[in-house]
Amino acid sequence: MSDIQSPLPGTFYFTPSPGEPAFKSAGESVSEGDVIGLIEVMKTFIEVKATAAGTFDSYVIDNEQPVQAGQVIAKLK
Amino acid sequence: MALNIINPGLSTSIQDLGRPGYFHLGIPIGGAMDRFSMRVANMLVGNSEDAAGLEAVFMGPEIEFTSDTAIAVTGADIPVMIDGVEAPSWTALAVSKGQKLSFGFLKTGARIYIAVAGGITTPEALGSRSTYPIGALGGIEGRNIAAGDALPTGSAGAVTIGASVPSTMHRMPATPAILRMVKGLYWHRLTEASGQQFLADEWKVAPEADRMGYRFRGGKTLEFVDREQPFGAGSDPSNIVDGCYSYGSIQVPGGTEPIVLHRDAVSGGGYFTLGAIISADMDYIGQLQPHTPVKFEAVSMDEALSARQERHKLLDAIRSELS
Repeated sequence: MSDIQSPLPGTFYFTPSPGEPAFKSAGESVSEGDVIGLIEVMKTFIEVKATAAGTFDSYVIDNEQPVQAGQVIAKLK
Repeated sequence: MALNIINPGLSTSIQDLGRPGYFHLGIPIGGAMDRFSMRVANMLVGNSEDAAGLEAVFMGPEIEFTSDTAIAVTGADIPVMIDGVEAPSWTALAVSKGQKLSFGFLKTGARIYIAVAGGITTPEALGSRSTYPIGALGGIEGRNIAAGDALPTGSAGAVTIGASVPSTMHRMPATPAILRMVKGLYWHRLTEASGQQFLADEWKVAPEADRMGYRFRGGKTLEFVDREQPFGAGSDPSNIVDGCYSYGSIQVPGGTEPIVLHRDAVSGGGYFTLGAIISADMDYIGQLQPHTPVKFEAVSMDEALSARQERHKLLDAIRSELS
């Protein structure tokens, strides 16, 4: 079990653009460096990348929700 | 001596206290968004207060030192790491050749200031090293720092390693942040009820807020007094015949979302402004994260000037503390 944290505050998105499927779904394998989500801040989108490999479990924050730096956004199994 | 940038973080820029004197030509004043923290970082490492340092926003950069020197980190509350070991902020720290500075996750505040003994000595543009990327002025060839940059530094003065500024002398916004303002020339454009509502509402920092302006949303849409549109103004009730904006002006395009113009703002345009945030509170805005609640409080010019005096006194007290 490992957590993926947001590196910075902003608005969290788990899809690459509106209407598209989420970056990861439950059971999918995750490699270190895979993009898990986007944080929007200062008119920029910053990619959140996995810091460890594993199997994707779930997002713990809804799409388009505010996040704080260090807040857990997804869990790996 | 140089600072090798391993990871630049997000929009990390070289800033000093700015380049006042060109705003009438459309060149913004620039400089640190939280000038109080930038000054104190410089004081801690024996620099003149207007030396150039780094301003990082929401996340820290990773930097390697090419020789022994002293640094200080002020501003937002974020774990400071030297070779992975946590070190105190608001303190003069000795670092050795080859050591690396990095950061943990931001706790409170928004902007981190990093001063190095001797200051960063990139070329000045219009009297300042502050970075204004849109105008390609200052910084490194007019841009923010990037991985692989080696930032030159000047000769260090005397530094007292371990000197620190107690937390009672830091200056960070409350929650909700109270931003004091002086009503301006166009306040009369609002209905009385709408003016009161603006001051009563709680607003939240919009995620797009940046060095040009801090946008707020969540309060009620403003209501304007009826008028005949002046010749030359746009068709919206929030339009005016183009006028000058000051540092700290609060414009409200369409009457919906107030924007406080900050260090890299435009100098004029066709939106009315409610007034201006007092100079003593502009540093607070530089420390606001997205979604932070904010209230605007109207004060008199006398109150604005005494708040400025208080801030000057606090800086004087820190100078004495460190001398």
